[in-house]
Amino acid sequence: MMDRLKHSLIGRLLADPMAVFAMAIIVGLVIVAVFADVISPHDHTAMNLADRFAPPSSTYWLGTDNLGRDTFSRLAQGSRIALYVALVAVSISGLIGLTLGMIAGFGPRWLDNVLLFVFDTLRAYPTIILALALAALLPRGLSTVIIVVVITSFSEYGRVVRTQTLSLKNAEFILAERAMGASAARIVFHHVLPNVLGPFFILAAMNLPVVITIEAGMSFLGIGVPPGTPSWGATLKDGFDYIRNTPWIIIAGGLPLILVTLGFTFLGEALRDQLDPKLRKSR
Amino acid sequence: MLQYAFQRVLLALAIVFVAISALFTIMITLPGDPTTVLLGPRATPELRAEFRANMGLDDPVLVQIVNFWGRILSGDMGMDYNRNRPVAEAVFSALPHTMALVFGAIFWSATLGILLGAFSADNRNSWLDRVTGVLSVGFIAAPSFVVALYSLLLFSVTLRWFPTIGAGEPGDLASRLYHLALPSFAIGLAWVGYVARIVRASMLETLGENYIRTARAFGLTRRKVIYNYALRVAILPAVQVLGVGIGGMLSSAVFAEIVFSRPGIGSLIYDSVSGRNYPVVMGSMLVAIGFFVTCALIADLVNAALDPRQRVK
Repeated sequence: MMDRLKHSLIGRLLADPMAVFAMAIIVGLVIVAVFADVISPHDHTAMNLADRFAPPSSTYWLGTDNLGRDTFSRLAQGSRIALYVALVAVSISGLIGLTLGMIAGFGPRWLDNVLLFVFDTLRAYPTIILALALAALLPRGLSTVIIVVVITSFSEYGRVVRTQTLSLKNAEFILAERAMGASAARIVFHHVLPNVLGPFFILAAMNLPVVITIEAGMSFLGIGVPPGTPSWGATLKDGFDYIRNTPWIIIAGGLPLILVTLGFTFLGEALRDQLDPKLRKSR
Repeated sequence: MLQYAFQRVLLALAIVFVAISALFTIMITLPGDPTTVLLGPRATPELRAEFRANMGLDDPVLVQIVNFWGRILSGDMGMDYNRNRPVAEAVFSALPHTMALVFGAIFWSATLGILLGAFSADNRNSWLDRVTGVLSVGFIAAPSFVVALYSLLLFSVTLRWFPTIGAGEPGDLASRLYHLALPSFAIGLAWVGYVARIVRASMLETLGENYIRTARAFGLTRRKVIYNYALRVAILPAVQVLGVGIGGMLSSAVFAEIVFSRPGIGSLIYDSVSGRNYPVVMGSMLVAIGFFVTCALIADLVNAALDPRQRVK
C-alpha cells in the first residue's frame, strides 16, 4: 500500500515539468555540496592578488573577489553551509513544532490556549530584526543562526500540526479506537502522527529555502558565519562592498541562492498539489 | 464585533508585552556583565556604576521587568549613550522611513499583484495564466536581499536610472518618492507573487457565486462583472495576508535599508548591534514589534468587519 502510494507520487511528480526542474536543481545542489572539494577548480581560500576582481574566464569560471579568491570554488563550499544549516535548523524546529502542535491539539483546552499564545507571540518577532538583537548577545557562528531560525519558525509547524490534530481528534476512526479502549499514546502515535506528517513535510520542504535565505541574509549582515567562511551571504557582502569594482561577485553570488530557493519552492508546490487532493481538483 | 475587536486588541497588547519582556529577560539574565552588554566594552567604570544604579541591575528580574515597563509607559525609552540622545528620539526619527518603505512595498504588491491575479483569473488556463503562475512563484522564491542587490546593480549602478543611496531631500516629496521606488519594489516583489496567487484563487471562487451569475444574467459585460464586482470581494484574503506579511517586510526592510543606505529602524538596529548599543536595540525592537502587531491587528479587524465569518474562531 505504502509502496504503491510512493510509487505513484514519484511518478506523478516526474510528469510535472516544474517538479522535474526543481528536483534537478536540488540533486545538483546535493552533488555540489558532497563533492565540493573535487569539483572546485581552485582552493577556495587561496588568494591571488594579481587577479583581483577578475571577470569570468576559463581559469576563473565565475570570476574572483577582492582578494583574488575564486568565486566558483567559494560558492561550491558555500553550498555545504547552506545545506547543513537548512537541514539542522529545519529538523530541530520541525521536531519541536511537531511535538508542541500535537500536545496543543490533543491536550486539554487550557494547554492549547497557552501554546497558541506562545506561537502567536513568537510570530511577532520579525526574523531578521530578532536575529540582529540576538547577535549582540550571542557569539557569531552557525549555532546562532540555527537558534534564531528555531525560535522564529517552530511556531509555524506547531500551528499547522495543531490544526491538523484538532481536526483528527474527533474523526470517527479515532472515536472508534477510543471506544475500543486504546490508550492516548496509541492514538497519538499510531493514528494522529501518520496523518499529520503529510502537511508537516510539505511545510518543511517549503521552509528549507527560507532557512537558507536567513543564513545567507545573516551572513550578509555580518551576524552569521565567522569572517572568512565562504557562505553565499558572505560572498554577496563582498560583492556589495566592491560593487563599483566589479558586478560579477554579486551576479555570481546571487545565482545559487535564487536557483536553490526556486528549486525548493517549486518542489514544495508540486508536492502540495499532489498530496492535497482538494487543490488538485480546483486547478 | 465590538467584543471581538476588544478581545483582539487585548491579545495584541499581551503579545507585545510578553515578546518584549522575554527579550528583556534574556538580555539581563545572560551570563556576563550586563553593563558591558548594554554600554559596550569601552564604557568607563563611572558610567558603569551610574548605569547599574539607574537601571536597578541588582534588583530581582521580576522587579526589573516591572520597572522597565514603568519607564516605557511614562515615555522614557532610555538613553542612546553612544550618541548622547534619548532612544525615543533615535527610534521615532527612524520609524517614518521604515513605514514609508513598508507601505511602498504594499503599494507595489497590491497594485501589481491584484492586476496580475485578476488578469490570470480572467484568462484562466491560457498560456499567459501559466506564465503568470510560474512568475508568481519565482517572485515569492527570490530572496528579497538578492532582489535588492540585483536591482541596485542594474538600475542604480549600471543604468543610473535611480539613486544608489539615501532617502531623498527632506521636504521634497518627489525626491523622496524617487529614492523610495527601487527599495520598496525590491521588498514588494515577493508579495506581488503572493497577492497575485491569492487574488487569482479567490477570484475563481467568487466567479462561481450566485450573485455573479445574476449580474451576468442582468446583461452586465464580463469585464464589468470581473473588475467591478468580483474583484471587490476577491481582494479580501489578500488584505489579511499583507497584514501578517508586514513582519516579513520589516525583515526585508533591514536589507533594503542597508543595501540602499537608507535611514530607518533596520539600519538603526544594524548600527546599534555593531556598537553593542543595547538601549537602542531594545527601543527599536519595541517599535518594530509594536508596528507589526498593530498592522496585523488592523488587517484582522478590517477582515472581520467585512466578513462576519472571520469573527467565529
